[in-house]
Amino acid sequence: MNILHKAMAAALGLLLSLSCHALTAEQTFAMAAAEDNDARAAAINAAVLEPDDGGRLAAYLQALADDAVRTAGGKVFVIQGERAIDPTTGAVTTPPADAEEIVNNNYLRGVIESAQAALALNSADVQARRAAAQKLAAEPDAARLPLIDKVLAGEQDAQVKAMLERAKAASLLGSEDSAERLQAVQQLAQIHTPETQLLLNQRLADESDPAVQKAIRSALSSIAESLAWGERLGAIFSGLSLGSVLLLAALGLAITYGLMGVINMAHGELIMIGAYATYLVQVLFQRWMPESAFGWYLVVAMPVSFIVAALVGAVLERGVIRFLYGRPLETLLATFGISLVLQQTVRSLFGAQNVGVENPAWMSGGVSLLPNLTLPFNRIAIILFAFAVLGAVAFMIARTRLGLFVRGVTQNRAMASCVGVNTARTDTYAFALGSGIAGLAGCALSQIGNVGPDLGQNYIVDSFLVVVLGGVGQLAGTVYAALGLGVLSKLLEGWAGAVLAKIAVLLFIVVFIQKRPQGIFALKGRSAEA
Amino acid sequence: MTTDLPTSMQLPRPEPLLGTRGWAIFLAALIAVCAVAPALNLLVPEGSALHLSDYLVGLMGKFMCYAIVALAIDLIWGYTGILSLGHGLFFALGGYVMGMYLMREAAGPDALPAFMGFLDWKELPWHWALSGSFVATVLMVVLVPGVIGGVFGYFAFRSRIKGVYFSIITQALTYAAMLLFFRNETGFGGNNGFTGFKTLLGYSLNTQAMHVLLFALSGLALLGCILFSRWLIRSKYGRVLQAVRDAESRTMFCGYNPLPYKLSIWIISAMMCGLAGALYVPQVGIINPSEMSVGNSIEMAVWTAVGGRASLAGPIIGAFAVNGGKSWLTVAAPEYWLYVLGALFIVVTLLMPGGLIRLPAQIREWQDKRRALAQPSASQQGVQA
Repeated sequence: MNILHKAMAAALGLLLSLSCHALTAEQTFAMAAAEDNDARAAAINAAVLEPDDGGRLAAYLQALADDAVRTAGGKVFVIQGERAIDPTTGAVTTPPADAEEIVNNNYLRGVIESAQAALALNSADVQARRAAAQKLAAEPDAARLPLIDKVLAGEQDAQVKAMLERAKAASLLGSEDSAERLQAVQQLAQIHTPETQLLLNQRLADESDPAVQKAIRSALSSIAESLAWGERLGAIFSGLSLGSVLLLAALGLAITYGLMGVINMAHGELIMIGAYATYLVQVLFQRWMPESAFGWYLVVAMPVSFIVAALVGAVLERGVIRFLYGRPLETLLATFGISLVLQQTVRSLFGAQNVGVENPAWMSGGVSLLPNLTLPFNRIAIILFAFAVLGAVAFMIARTRLGLFVRGVTQNRAMASCVGVNTARTDTYAFALGSGIAGLAGCALSQIGNVGPDLGQNYIVDSFLVVVLGGVGQLAGTVYAALGLGVLSKLLEGWAGAVLAKIAVLLFIVVFIQKRPQGIFALKGRSAEA
Repeated sequence: MTTDLPTSMQLPRPEPLLGTRGWAIFLAALIAVCAVAPALNLLVPEGSALHLSDYLVGLMGKFMCYAIVALAIDLIWGYTGILSLGHGLFFALGGYVMGMYLMREAAGPDALPAFMGFLDWKELPWHWALSGSFVATVLMVVLVPGVIGGVFGYFAFRSRIKGVYFSIITQALTYAAMLLFFRNETGFGGNNGFTGFKTLLGYSLNTQAMHVLLFALSGLALLGCILFSRWLIRSKYGRVLQAVRDAESRTMFCGYNPLPYKLSIWIISAMMCGLAGALYVPQVGIINPSEMSVGNSIEMAVWTAVGGRASLAGPIIGAFAVNGGKSWLTVAAPEYWLYVLGALFIVVTLLMPGGLIRLPAQIREWQDKRRALAQPSASQQGVQA
């Protein structure tokens, strides 16, 4: 009996050592066309456990993933363009005409992808191993435990090791043995990521052992606690980001409405013009400039969008708005008419659909601070840009000759005129400046949102609320109002959902205006009533 | 001692509600709405040149609802000087109240409206409680916009929000309401709103007689609103409103508290809008949150501005003219409608602040001015733009 055992073991060992060297025809056939999907998955998972001979298995898995495999009469053919090859030998063959195509469903696609990741664990490239380990951790499968153990024994890189430990723990969560599950939970409890939270939550739903249940609950609460920080910081960051968007949209309005008293309902359309100018610059770069220069298109688009919007603004001021100074309600209606005309013009020129504006390469991606907190570069760039524009505007109003004239005309038009300020020209410049800033806002907004004819409509109500909340004629008020509204609505959003948060913010503003009709910073003295 | 004023100080007798000519026009309009148009539609055979098509009856019915809205905006904007950019909300509220009743009737006495079935709701939400009764619906059509407008207006006017601030706050209110009505769980049918109405008080909505009846009802409502507005603005109450419009501080120094005046006219205006919305919905067969969009409310103000503020006929002319133009142009050249509407906003505010109704007088003034310029010695009658 003992001898018999030994003989069988030897025979088995011989068989195994044989199959180590090459992918067999039976294997490839089982992977492609075993009786059902589970059997195919089992065959694929089994094949991965053996060392890959000359990359045949990797190539075959890729062929399976690419739907390039056909079978006929127990044989497998990998189609490569015009010819077909035998996956076990790499020799060129001709498949029979009735060869069946192999179809993979989503489940099998997942299995194949994981198998490819498992193969990649043997790669010499550390980055590839890390990516593979991450993939395995994301899709735990108890069938892959032996493989993970084997790789873990020989792995040197700490990051890959940690990731594999996680994959192992995640896979063990589904184990039959409750002690193993308990150990897995304890191991996972150390890893504070949304993925482990999800895994543990899923496990908790199926868990029957009370001890394991308790362990999962305490693990979940400790994970939730540390994730809450990332969430809070994330909410504040996205609030700041929204606030800087509002600030950009409202800054131009703070000049035209705040300083000049013009209710410019076409402000949103000036933002839209800035966004379309950016789009046009992008198209020109794509068509006429070498690809390497594409990253610079935004640098060119910034002044272009400023100038285009400022020119449109100057035309509007000369053509319509200057006849309506001192009649705010009429300005509101006339500029709303202008906004309709501008919208329709853009629709006629560019079509009613959104146009595609691409981020330059240096703006995509982000910096990861916590497991659940990643700050995208384009959002960071917009925050910085908003404050740069704010600084430029504040400098212009406070320090330059134009700013002096604008403030003079705002305070006392007749007196300014008497001391030799060309008030009409100052109005045009100031309005063009406000419009140009709207154009800059459009350039920035094109990087984070859709660019279409309705773009302006989405920002006009918000920008007016910011200016009204901040107090007319107050740059500082605009800044506080924009950032405050941005953070407030993002915090509310986490708690009540996007739409209810928006409604709550609007109601808050209505109530706030009750208490302080002149905004955060009320103008003092007689001019407040005017 | 006599309580009689000396004859020299006696006030002139108030002018009648409508003059002889006014009553004649009013009666003619009444007959046209209630007898002539229905007869031309129902009795005159279709081939005849005098036949009024169903399309036109429907269109005129809709326009008369719009005219009520324009009149309501005129009361608050033209006569009181408060520009509301939120009347789309009150119009839609009236429409939604009527829509709730029609949905209940379409669903049958014991069933839930269809959209609630899709959401798998088992019972009516609380705010649908009164929607089963027609009498309650008719009351709610004016009460709901009145109460919501009243609460909002009380806080707004009490803290003396005015001018552009008020306009922007009303815009925000409408915007918030639109977002709310877009939600499915608020029980107003979400995006799609209410549609698929079948009957009104048991009579099918799809008969010619019903169309004509709704048309006549809208006409009667419009005429009633005109008469009521005329009575309001001619009364002492109306004169205080106009005083508030022209010089609020001075009115206060004269001992009037503007709050109850502004608040009451605001509520009346909201109620009129609600009535218009309720008449509008069965005629067009749909109500959805897009009625509350920002642009819609501003367009309503433009009907009033185009026709002429601070006149009763003006807003009605404006509502018919703008919407007539829209109906024609959106079919003939849809891509030009926004250009025309936009140009209308600009031209009216820049060149004809009095609107269509004062255009003849304006032209006369221009001519006088030109003549005066031609003869410098003639009277220097200044014209205020």
